Amino acid sequence: MNKQTVSVNKGNVSIEHRKKKRAQASLYLVLGLLAAICLFPFYLMIMYSTHTNADITSTFLFLPGNHLLENLSRMVENVNIFRGFMNSFIIAGGSTALTLYFGGMTAYGFSKFKFKYNTVLFLFMLATMMIPAQLALIGSYRWLGMIGLLDSHAAIILPAAANTFAVFFIKQFLDGSVPDDVLESARIDGAGELKIFHRIILPMIVPALAAIGIFTFIGAWNNFISPLVLLFSEEKYPLPVMVAMIQGYYDTDYGLMYLGVAMSVLPIIIVFSIFSKRIMGSVAIGAVKG
Amino acid sequence: MMFAKRINKGNSGYFFIAPFFIVFLLFGLYPILYSFYLSLTNWDGLNDPEFIGLANYARAVIDPLFLQSLFNTFFIWIVSVVPQLTISLVLAVILTNKFLKGKDFFRAVYFFPNIVTAASLGLLVSLMFDWQTGSVNQLLMSIGIVDNPFDWKNNALFMQMLVSAILFFQYFGYSMLIYIAGLQGISPEYAEAARVDGASRVQIFFKITVPLLKPIILFQVITSLIGGVQIFDQPYMLTAGSGAPDHATLTSVMYLYRTAFEQGRFGYGATIAFCLFLVIVTLSIVSYLVSRNRSKIS
Repeated sequence: MNKQTVSVNKGNVSIEHRKKKRAQASLYLVLGLLAAICLFPFYLMIMYSTHTNADITSTFLFLPGNHLLENLSRMVENVNIFRGFMNSFIIAGGSTALTLYFGGMTAYGFSKFKFKYNTVLFLFMLATMMIPAQLALIGSYRWLGMIGLLDSHAAIILPAAANTFAVFFIKQFLDGSVPDDVLESARIDGAGELKIFHRIILPMIVPALAAIGIFTFIGAWNNFISPLVLLFSEEKYPLPVMVAMIQGYYDTDYGLMYLGVAMSVLPIIIVFSIFSKRIMGSVAIGAVKG
Repeated sequence: MMFAKRINKGNSGYFFIAPFFIVFLLFGLYPILYSFYLSLTNWDGLNDPEFIGLANYARAVIDPLFLQSLFNTFFIWIVSVVPQLTISLVLAVILTNKFLKGKDFFRAVYFFPNIVTAASLGLLVSLMFDWQTGSVNQLLMSIGIVDNPFDWKNNALFMQMLVSAILFFQYFGYSMLIYIAGLQGISPEYAEAARVDGASRVQIFFKITVPLLKPIILFQVITSLIGGVQIFDQPYMLTAGSGAPDHATLTSVMYLYRTAFEQGRFGYGATIAFCLFLVIVTLSIVSYLVSRNRSKIS
């Protein structure tokens, strides 16, 4: 009797164990499938950019072709894609530099100085995050035209000096990890306020700057509607607008279009594969601490 | 040295925040106020704006195309945001399970579409769903599911769903990361205590995890609402700016863009922007009140 119950129990355990294993396997299957769905369009995009128009229009392609250089040379003939790259770098790089420097400065002001209206101004700044960017679009269009900044990269880069999210993010970091004693001792040593900011604060907040910098760069690289509206000269277009232009002009040249999409996304893929942990970490910090 | 002595701490605070506020006033606040002024005018982009009071607003509330664009925007948003916020919550719970392997890999892959250029992604999907040359039709035909290519882009409901699907694709990983951060802030002791009392995993999820995450869920609803109302890049590129078929994928910001920058009716475009803003504010307040009332009851 005793033996029997033991063996029955054993059977139960192993069935349960097997059930658990099966549940786990199907969980991994679902997670894997979802991961495949996330990557597949980008895989196709790269494969399709290596084929001729004739191949693309005739059948489903899964493997790479050998017409990448051909597509590339046709693209270079039709649109100045390298110019687009450079414009995107100027816009994204310039925006990032301004965001980091002035974001750090503003965050430092809010975090370490007890002036009148400090809290009120900070809350006011946070409230502006609720305002959608489109609200300023048409006003900006006329106003930038009046001060002669329309159709210039500056029109897109300059507003980055007032990046509310960056200030909020860097201030969190300053509040938490830069003690006031550091400032006091620097002041006793006779350092000026700006010097303290440049020599002491900026080096200390590098981790926060790195996180927000990557983010700003990606955001500025992907920005579409402002350059679409504020720039008119083709030689000033960043990649996303150039891709839209390719769609408008060469909408039957599929190899060219796939290649254009691939080239506009490739830098983002590279940035992400290098910094993915840092990027994902800063999403979480920025969202939850508020 | 003199500089440091002359100014006290308080004034240097203003000094550090001043550049931000100057830029904000010049390129943020002033254009917004100026847009509001333009929304009360008739402005063609060339001649001087002509003040017409609230006439644009009176026109907007009965403009069928604007109302349709509002409907499209919210329909597309709701169809994408409901699965986005539920599936990403489930994924977040799964991907914080300490026994699961490869968590970092899955998190990174799911988040990846979020940072891809939205305009390019829109064009990519447009190419994939092309009637004659798209890879989707060719795949379906090569494995024998359909005999003839299906004209996806002529089906209004399908195209709206496709925009929702792109948004889901781009944002579920982002929501998931925010939920994960929220879950990591919840003490595991609550779930532990419930398990000891005999609660099942499903019960723990609905009775403990979801209520504790309520502020995060509200945050997600409001931020995704603000983002959702601004949908432009994906449908614009998906339909080559047309909002086809039958204006089914014409979102409000696309309508704004078309009105102002294609047709030169800038005053009316500004009015559309402010109407959109009013809608966002109203809905944000409503979702805040709804969540507050619910927590009072429970």
